[in-house]
Amino acid sequence: MTCRDNKDLMMAYLDGELDDTENKMLQEHLAECPQCLKELEEFKSLKLMTDNITLTEPEDQIWQRYWDNVYNRLERGMGWMLMSAAGICLGIFGGFKVIESIIVDPSVCLFLKVALLVLILGLSILLISIMRERLYFWKNDRYRHIRR
Amino acid sequence: MDSICDNSIPVEWSLANDTKEAFETFVKAHMKKAYFVALGMVGNHEDALELSQEAFSKAYQHRGTLNAKGKFYPWFYQILRNLCISHLRKRKHRRTLPIDMPDGQTLELPTAPGFEPDSIAERNETKDLVWKAIGSLEPKHREVIILRHFQNLSYEEMAQLLFCNKGTVTSRLYYARKRLKEVLEQEKGGQPV
Repeated sequence: MTCRDNKDLMMAYLDGELDDTENKMLQEHLAECPQCLKELEEFKSLKLMTDNITLTEPEDQIWQRYWDNVYNRLERGMGWMLMSAAGICLGIFGGFKVIESIIVDPSVCLFLKVALLVLILGLSILLISIMRERLYFWKNDRYRHIRR
Repeated sequence: MDSICDNSIPVEWSLANDTKEAFETFVKAHMKKAYFVALGMVGNHEDALELSQEAFSKAYQHRGTLNAKGKFYPWFYQILRNLCISHLRKRKHRRTLPIDMPDGQTLELPTAPGFEPDSIAERNETKDLVWKAIGSLEPKHREVIILRHFQNLSYEEMAQLLFCNKGTVTSRLYYARKRLKEVLEQEKGGQPV
């Protein structure tokens, strides 16, 4: 057994996760490796220091209000979602109306109308291209099922 | 104490009984555990409270992504941990963002709250030092220390939460404790812990 193998056993020993066979292996290694023995003693001391720390429990009123705060977040989240969806719909509708009014307006010169239509066409091609690229990468991403 | 990966409460809530009351019961059953995990990760009360509540809110919004066979708590834990890590990243960025003033001087932004010593009970000099040292660890190392020491999870339970095997948990714990030991030794001017 090498010192590297001993590291894992040392952790399991500290946390009471060793079985009898592993415990025997560790003890045999420690009997002949003073460096690992010293490291284990230091880890024991560190574990004791860490185990002595307890986290402060918040006051009862924090727990009493906890659910209300979660509920408020859910409610606001829903509000934001509805507002955003309505905003996007209204924006698209308004945009179409503005474009329509420019196109049908006889006082606007033809050059401006054509430029506007070309601009819209260009934006549409860009949007479709980006969406197609995203879809392609998403479909071919080998790691998409891996949790990050 | 229920197993950390117990499925009974959430499946009742999310699939068969998707009501406000069921979700409320569920939040109340898990709020303390979620809060203390967040406190261990971000180190101060206000942020831990915010992040744990946000995690419940996100879990509810995305409950459709959990299938009936999925272990609930590991799924919820991933939401909470990702929120904490994202928060820590933003906090680190805020801390290292100096503002250049017109007169050529640099103004340091007030630092965001980090690992506050009053997050621990029955304080003394050693405990403050250890808590501060835990706060200086990388999130993946801090996480295993928190789960092992403050949540009292077994290696098996930690492996389920972290979606890895027990060997990875053991190895991560070794490097986390080694780093913690080094930080404490530095703080003590080279004396062993």
